Amino acid sequence: MAGRGKLIAVIGDEDTVTGFLLGGIGELNKNRHPNFLVVEKDTTLNEIEDTFRQFLNRDDIGIILINQYIAEMVRHALDAHQRSIPAVLEIPSKEHPYDATKDSILRRAKGMFTAEDLR
Amino acid sequence: MSGKDRIEIFPSRMAQTIMKARLKGAQTGRNLLKKKSDALTLRFRQILKKIIETKMLMGEVMREAAFSLAEAKFTAGDFSTTVIQNVNKAQVKIRAKKDNVAGVTLPVFEHYHEGTDSYELTGLARGGEQLAKLKRNYAKAVELLVELASLQTSFVTLDEAIKITNRRVNAIEHVIIPRIERTLAYIITELDEREREEFYRLKKIQEKKKILKEKSEKDLQQRRAAGEVIEPANLLAEEKDEDLLFE
Repeated sequence: MAGRGKLIAVIGDEDTVTGFLLGGIGELNKNRHPNFLVVEKDTTLNEIEDTFRQFLNRDDIGIILINQYIAEMVRHALDAHQRSIPAVLEIPSKEHPYDATKDSILRRAKGMFTAEDLR
Repeated sequence: MSGKDRIEIFPSRMAQTIMKARLKGAQTGRNLLKKKSDALTLRFRQILKKIIETKMLMGEVMREAAFSLAEAKFTAGDFSTTVIQNVNKAQVKIRAKKDNVAGVTLPVFEHYHEGTDSYELTGLARGGEQLAKLKRNYAKAVELLVELASLQTSFVTLDEAIKITNRRVNAIEHVIIPRIERTLAYIITELDEREREEFYRLKKIQEKKKILKEKSEKDLQQRRAAGEVIEPANLLAEEKDEDLLFE
């Protein structure tokens, strides 16, 4: 079933969002709402959570990319999301390299792989 | 164990046949579901392995992309605000296709390009080459991430499907089949007991009849001895019948 194209959303720091926008995923929809959010030092948790929930409810977003350190801040909202679409992917940022133990998806399968698979 | 009662049914031979058929059906169903669960679990493990590999790879690709971003920033200055302001249409979008594994539909993402690059003129002043490299790196990262997202959605969907299937297998194995077996045992014992009762009843009746017969025989002999009995006429003896005359 090839439906109408879905978008990739990004929630991240300025560098991450800039990079991905240059990759060509940014779009403003009919109501001039963007599919990305730049998280700065003064962005409140509520704002991040709200935007995340909005992205989840929009049916034209297929994937949500979120920096791992931001995902940590709104971990409860991430864990509450059980549906398979939109897929939520945690990506590393410049200051925080990728940490597999914090990834919410991999935690669900915690018992199923050993430490050497991660090497 | 409470809660494992048998099915309420009148014990008869037909009920027994029905229960046997049901038991067979439940066992076949359980085996099929077990096979489905095994197939799903196998696929699940494969996907998990692939996810771990891809995530490690993604970590590296992102690091390289971030590095090239720093390079580009160094050469071209701060273009972040311009980039963010100039967003209008996405060039890279994804489609959701359906894949089928052992009866479970898994969503798979496929990315496609649409339209032209809206940032073609961004690096024109300075740092054009770094910017081009940066765009390529991030495009590569996006492709990898789309693949990762497909794996992840399959992972989540399979997880749910496996849980449901295992729940059903356990329900059949620990509730349905013991219940049917108990019903079957009950029917068999009831039938056996009925047979025994029938047998016992027949025997008792035979005994009673025998006693009655003996009693009446004795009676008859006593009366014969006393001469009170007139033998009834024997139809088979040769005797002349009087003619019947109709007046």
